[in-house]
Amino acid sequence: MTRSSWWTEILTTIAAIVLALIIGAVVMVVSDPDVLDKYAYFFYRPGDALAASGDKIGSAYFALLKGAVGSWGAITQSTSQAAPLILAGLGVALAFRAGLINIGGQGQAIWGAIFAAYIGFGVHLPLVIHVLVALIAGVLGGAIWGGLVGWLKARTGAHEVIVTIMLNYVAIRMLAWLLTTPAFQRPGRTDSISPIVDWTATFARLAGSQLHVGFVLALLAAAAVWWLLERSTLGFALKAVGANPHAAATAGMSVARTTIIVMVLAGALAGLAGVDAALAPSDSGVPVPLSNGIVGDVGFDAVTVALVGRSRPVGVVLAGLLFGALHTGGLGMQGAQTPGTVTDVLQALIVLFVAAPALVTRLLPFLRRRAARSATPESTGALT
Amino acid sequence: MKKSLFVSATAAAAVVLALAGCAKPPASSSGAPANTPAGGKTSAAAPAGGFKACMISDTGGFDDKSFNQTSYKGMEDAKKALGIQTASVESKAASDYATNIQSMVDAKCNVIVTVGYTLSDDTLAAAKKNPDIDFAIVDNYDPKYAEVKNLKGLQFNTAQSAFLGGYLAAAMTKTGKVGTFGGQKLSTVTIYMDGFAQGVQYYNQQQKKDVQVLGWDVAKQDGDFTNDFSNPSTGLTQAKNLISQGADVIFPVAGGAGEGALQAAKASSGKVNTIWVDTDGCVSAADYCPQIISSVYKGMDVAVQKVITDSKNGTFDPSPYVGTLQNQGTGLTGFHDWDSKVPADVKSQLKQLQSDIISGKIKITSKAQPTS
Repeated sequence: MTRSSWWTEILTTIAAIVLALIIGAVVMVVSDPDVLDKYAYFFYRPGDALAASGDKIGSAYFALLKGAVGSWGAITQSTSQAAPLILAGLGVALAFRAGLINIGGQGQAIWGAIFAAYIGFGVHLPLVIHVLVALIAGVLGGAIWGGLVGWLKARTGAHEVIVTIMLNYVAIRMLAWLLTTPAFQRPGRTDSISPIVDWTATFARLAGSQLHVGFVLALLAAAAVWWLLERSTLGFALKAVGANPHAAATAGMSVARTTIIVMVLAGALAGLAGVDAALAPSDSGVPVPLSNGIVGDVGFDAVTVALVGRSRPVGVVLAGLLFGALHTGGLGMQGAQTPGTVTDVLQALIVLFVAAPALVTRLLPFLRRRAARSATPESTGALT
Repeated sequence: MKKSLFVSATAAAAVVLALAGCAKPPASSSGAPANTPAGGKTSAAAPAGGFKACMISDTGGFDDKSFNQTSYKGMEDAKKALGIQTASVESKAASDYATNIQSMVDAKCNVIVTVGYTLSDDTLAAAKKNPDIDFAIVDNYDPKYAEVKNLKGLQFNTAQSAFLGGYLAAAMTKTGKVGTFGGQKLSTVTIYMDGFAQGVQYYNQQQKKDVQVLGWDVAKQDGDFTNDFSNPSTGLTQAKNLISQGADVIFPVAGGAGEGALQAAKASSGKVNTIWVDTDGCVSAADYCPQIISSVYKGMDVAVQKVITDSKNGTFDPSPYVGTLQNQGTGLTGFHDWDSKVPADVKSQLKQLQSDIISGKIKITSKAQPTS
């Protein structure tokens, strides 16, 4: 890849974020009845409407920024949100590079969480060993679930998209069922919730912050994936299969073997995201107990993270940090009377623009010209 | 393409502004804001004597047409009745719960209501850490809550009210088959289905009939589920399935997905009818009122409003609240359109049943019932 095309990609991504923020600002104004009311008499007193809009957009984006990176606590909160996104995103990205579309991050993460949480609360081991065993178990859980897809694809030709989507359902239902069994359900409770994970199995965190082992793991995993892709024979085979499986086969590489290994690794990475969900301490210091929503939507968010990160380890880390910060900032924004769903809109718009670079390059000159002609109210208040 | 897009957008904006932008501004223009909107941006310091009630949703969000929404309504009702400030945060992931509770603590809330059992650990931890703030949690109780004096569990023994619903369904069926389906196999869902099925059994015992319950097996604790609480098409599938097996009274326990049962009933032109769940169906789904014999309500809004009111008045009591037939925290709503169609003797039997359940003469067994 040449230097200039690198720049184009980075610029397109930044432009996508800026465009998303601008459209997000419009959405905010339109969705706030108090501000919208002022537009009703726009021609009598335009200042009112513009001031209210600017106020709204400014305070919302300020709250977003403050909530995401405004303090040490906020920054570490963002990194802790980013960790599972990076891990699962790497799982999707790795598969992408081998030409496989892994929509199964959700199921793989769920198995990772189930295995890790069970070791966490069901087995009692000494410090350090406990967390290691839980971690390995979770990675295994994800690897098995991912490997199953690779095996089915390699042996039967089943399309991985269909298989991963269906296996997601299986994993979700299995978790729901397990939580009704005595082995997983918390004693004395009728609802689907597991006991609390032992403190010996909880990820260590830096006192007074949310910076925990999970984020370190995510960075290590990214480095490992980079090494795998750029420096190892397997990585070469993987990319060759991704670029052209027929050519790779002709060159003597085993497409089936590569497919299985890639899916095992992708599953392991997504499983690690599940481990993070099960063992990482939440704000209260203890991990979230295993329940139906334990991994959230990490498997699907991972696809967007991989997409925005252009399926490269560094890109995935940056995209994971961006979405982690958006998530954390979104919670802060709710305090500023803006629905947190606006961050979902932002996230979706960023993905849309990144996925359609042609759209951005077409829109950009058009936007520049308009900015030169007249300052639009929407762009004045945005912190862009 | 892009030019035409721009042109049409500008044209649309111009039209909108021309049409809407000509209204007169409100009279007051003295400069100083006459009134800040309640719960507005001045969140840093509540006015002297100001009381702030706050709520945290679970991952369903406040627009879930289910318990988050009903609980939120309770807080809104309290806001109207007491003139207090409110604030709320929606959770998007389980890892947000602790963060969100802390953000409400930081916002200087006087009472914090969390919605859903998944928040139980974090709510308890926050209650321990902040003894000056009153906490309440909807749809959950844990014996550990007894350790703290500022946390109240709000539960509902809906098996009692669903029992009445089951009895009513059995009395109204013409085919001798009634059906139910749930959203997901959670205790807050199956408790309804247990009560419903046992109400039908009781009817059979009393009236020497043999009405069958489809969709839920009390002994096996298994049955039909949409695995969805929001998509009516999943409920429609389940309802059609039950109807094809002969059921003519259906009790959906699946939040918004249950609307599919109402659609199926409407399409049957009077052959199939329903008993609605959680709220009064003739209010929340008014279009379908002719298909709703009665509703089994769960008064989460009432319970939340009461907790907030008590907290404001300084009469907060941490002992767990269990909504029952006795305290009207749950029960059957009126019959609305069906008032003339439900026989008088069935109505009097239901009244008798209600007092028998309250007095303990009729015992309902459901492992999902609140134990406290």
